[in-house]
Amino acid sequence: MELVLAAAIGILAASGVWLLLRPRTFQVIIGLTLISYAVNLFIFSIGGLRTGADPVLRDAAGDIAQYADPLPQALVLTAIVIGFATTALFLVVLLTSRGLTGNDHVDGEDGTP
Amino acid sequence: MPDNALPSAIICLPFVASVVVFLLRGRGRSHNLAAWLMTATALLGLLLSLWLYPAIAAGNVLRQVIPWVPGLGLDLVLRVDGFSWLFMLLICGIGTLVGLYARYYMSPDDPLARFFALLLAFMGSMLGIVMSGNVIQLVFFWEMTSLFSFLLIGYWHRGPPARDGARMALIVTSGGGLCLFAGVLLLGHVVGSYDLDVILAAGDMVRAHALYTPTLLLILLGAFTKSAQFPFHFWLPQAMSAPTPVSAYLHSATMVKAGVFLLVRFWPVLGGTDQWFWIVGGVGLVTLILGAYSAMFEQDLKGVLAYSTISHLGLITMLVGLGSALGVVAAIFHIVNHATFKASLFMAAGAVDHEAGTRDLRKLGGLRRFMPVTATLALIAGAAMAGVPLLNGFLSKEMFFAETLATRQGPLLDMISVVIAVAASAFGVTYSIRFVRGVFFGRVPASLPREPHEPPLWMRFPIGFLALACLLVGMLPARVIGPSLRAAASSVLGAGQLPDYSLAVWHGVTTPLLMSIFAFVAGCLLYVRLRGYVAGREVAPLTGRLSGKRIFERVLAVLAADIPRWIERRYPSRRLQSQLLWIVLLALLAGGLAATSAPFGFHPRWSSVDPAFALLWLLGAACAIGAASQAKFHRLAALVLTGGAGLVSCVSFVWLSAPDLAATQLLVEVVTTILILLGMRWLPKRIEGLAPESRMHRFRRRRDGLIAIVVGLGVASLAYAAMMHPVADSISRFFLERAYTEGGGRNVVNVILVDFRGFDTLGEISVLAIVALTVFGLLRRFRPAAESINVPLQQRRQVVPDAGEASRAVDHSLTDYLMIPGLIIQLMFPVILLFGLHLFLRGHDLPGGGFVAGITVAVGLILLYMARGARWVEAHLRVLPVRWIGAGLLLAVSTGLASLAFGRPFLTSYFRYAELPVLGKLPLASAVLFDLGVFSVVVGATVLLLIALAHQSLRRPRQLADAPAAAGGQG
Repeated sequence: MELVLAAAIGILAASGVWLLLRPRTFQVIIGLTLISYAVNLFIFSIGGLRTGADPVLRDAAGDIAQYADPLPQALVLTAIVIGFATTALFLVVLLTSRGLTGNDHVDGEDGTP
Repeated sequence: MPDNALPSAIICLPFVASVVVFLLRGRGRSHNLAAWLMTATALLGLLLSLWLYPAIAAGNVLRQVIPWVPGLGLDLVLRVDGFSWLFMLLICGIGTLVGLYARYYMSPDDPLARFFALLLAFMGSMLGIVMSGNVIQLVFFWEMTSLFSFLLIGYWHRGPPARDGARMALIVTSGGGLCLFAGVLLLGHVVGSYDLDVILAAGDMVRAHALYTPTLLLILLGAFTKSAQFPFHFWLPQAMSAPTPVSAYLHSATMVKAGVFLLVRFWPVLGGTDQWFWIVGGVGLVTLILGAYSAMFEQDLKGVLAYSTISHLGLITMLVGLGSALGVVAAIFHIVNHATFKASLFMAAGAVDHEAGTRDLRKLGGLRRFMPVTATLALIAGAAMAGVPLLNGFLSKEMFFAETLATRQGPLLDMISVVIAVAASAFGVTYSIRFVRGVFFGRVPASLPREPHEPPLWMRFPIGFLALACLLVGMLPARVIGPSLRAAASSVLGAGQLPDYSLAVWHGVTTPLLMSIFAFVAGCLLYVRLRGYVAGREVAPLTGRLSGKRIFERVLAVLAADIPRWIERRYPSRRLQSQLLWIVLLALLAGGLAATSAPFGFHPRWSSVDPAFALLWLLGAACAIGAASQAKFHRLAALVLTGGAGLVSCVSFVWLSAPDLAATQLLVEVVTTILILLGMRWLPKRIEGLAPESRMHRFRRRRDGLIAIVVGLGVASLAYAAMMHPVADSISRFFLERAYTEGGGRNVVNVILVDFRGFDTLGEISVLAIVALTVFGLLRRFRPAAESINVPLQQRRQVVPDAGEASRAVDHSLTDYLMIPGLIIQLMFPVILLFGLHLFLRGHDLPGGGFVAGITVAVGLILLYMARGARWVEAHLRVLPVRWIGAGLLLAVSTGLASLAFGRPFLTSYFRYAELPVLGKLPLASAVLFDLGVFSVVVGATVLLLIALAHQSLRRPRQLADAPAAAGGQG
């Protein structure tokens, strides 16, 4: 389980970083999305992986052995929303830059493919 | 004891008055009011200070402590002793006169409320410096004076000289202030307290400490820059572009005196060492002669006074530097004397400028015929500046000569200091004569810019008052200034340590008197010799070329332009691509270093691998790699593949017992995809194989690929190590135990978000709101690139069938085409809304909550937009996303604030279960209200983002106004 998820995180991060270093804005935005998947999974997995654990309390107070760790979940939930916000902002910056410079190179000047 | 409350009243007065004056601006005749308020405030301050006299004369030190952060030694301490009391008299007294003078000097067309408000604030800051009993507080007020002096010098900000002069003064003095701050911190470190009384008592310890020299140097830098000492003297002449009342106040009596105030104040702590003698004495000596020399050649009236001020400040510095107690007494005496005659001379120069319309000595002359009173008063003050007997300047100059004669540092040095003192004194005589004679005597020039006449009475009054003070102190020194001087000097030197000195006018024929006479005669002769020579010169010979101003500007240009430009050239900061590369590499380096220092074992457990999960991620990995390879030429494919990877991670969340995350991720995925789809229309076409790939590009791709692989391996092993690391006792236990009992919810994640860590969530929704508004703002000014303006091919194809038939409107085909999905979505819309409500209500106990519900509703709305078109939706439904955002933020914050009303900290929640009809048992926690705020912000922000982007497709280029554009959402 852990091995698969770790490999998955690695592949997501590698694809994301590769795209991040590309010259086109669209590549960078896709790269950022992939990296945010990787990071979210990473943060989530820090608490240890649990399958079949209860996410919602049955009794008044819960024991950590019985339930899924809520802390990384809360962190990742926040991260997902903020990630969405940054993606949106970047998309609009991308579009504005495209309108201003006439091309979609991250540096605003065409020349390198 | 009421005396103890007086200091705080004195220091608060100017600041309060400043605010009042500022608030009254713009009212009719407000300039009169402002001027009178300034004068009255300063006068009141003066009277209150005088009220303190009995306590001060008895040698008391008044202290008022207002605790702030006692643990850090930071208290607001007001401390008044004899020396600071004398300064308070100067600040308030001359402040009164300047207020009066400025009322008539300034033109009513200027924004006078601002002027007087700044002047009052400056006065308060200056009082703050002299009354501070805590050295950090002193530095704070010190920087405030720099700031207000900047604003005052640059008051007539339309002229470049005013702006340049103000900037130069600010940079030099506040730079010095920073040095002073560092010095004071060192001093506090050495002494162990920032309290002035403690520091003053710890002189021996400080002087013996290893950090003495750096402390001294830093504090001296502060004092020298403020008091315009060589080599920082150049800012003062540039500051002469300030309105004359400002110069009369700041550049004679207050601002520039702050530096020498500091020197005298710290003399008991830092003085008396060799370093002190050489640096302070040496700098004072150089400044003394340099200022006097330059003043002789200056053509601007105020310029003469500025250099003369530099010279006199040098004299005071040198007196303090010589290190004897008598020197300190003389320095304090000269501080007062110089303030009186220089302020009155500045005001006289202002009156001349005001009446004759010029300050150029070459264009002036014979004004005594037009303004005899001003001429007489200027003559008296000028004589005091030259050191003529029976005037105050003479007395302190005598003391100065006596001091230079008394120092014993070897015959050669004694000789040099005596010669320079006499020479500077002779130069002083020369420029004083030049000032008075050049303006008021001699021929009247043929063409004066204005017909001069006597200035108004109240403008002459302050000049006259100060000239009278010069005379009174000069003739009856012991009676007029004796007691105050004694109080001031003994507070610096210590009660029993006062040296013997005599304030008599006549001491018999002594060496200092002979030196004075010699200097006077030499000065007169020099004036006669130099008259013709000076008239034709712009700058002083020898020193004129070596202009501190030019060096300063050069240094500034190098620091503020050349070096940054060089860095910019060297480092490709304009290129995002290389910056990203650097960021990735640095992150890799940091991670690698961390990994080497904390090695972890690699023990794979193959047995636990679930084949289904592995298969799932095989798909996910394929999607990710596919997206990476397709993002350049096949954007849509890349987007779909990215969505695939997102879905896989969403399934993983479900798998790993995190339904909340899965729901949120899924919905965010949907919204993000729509958003990018909407944006994609504006990107340029990119066709594979058009541009040949060069070797450079191949190299880059390989290099980046290598980096990406290394990063991936690193992240994977880090993730694996983190997952295998046994979890220590985390705070999750706390949340699990308290979520229901204290938060009233069974869904621990939601309780954490809206209750335990509600403040974080508040920050998060604020970010979301800011992003949405930013996007909205950016898109309002959005200009698409030229080639994207035309309607895309797909949309043009859609309208082809309509164009031929007269019975069909242009959009009909599209409407037909989307008829059924549109109807379905329209019918589904209320259901989606209800589902959102359901998600929201159950959020506290079951997976769901404000975020998910908000995005659900937003998705419902955007589906409607897609299926029915923006025009249809907006005709049927009024969505005001900005109001949703505002209302949500307001609700969240007010829920948090409500707990304050019950005496609990911000965002404390309250809960209770209530039985409602129809809906059944519901948790009525106040956190639900907060969650409602979250919900509202999420709906508003998401819809605003999507709509703002979708509306871009509605823009019709003018030339194609008749051509159709599909409704929003067809991007």
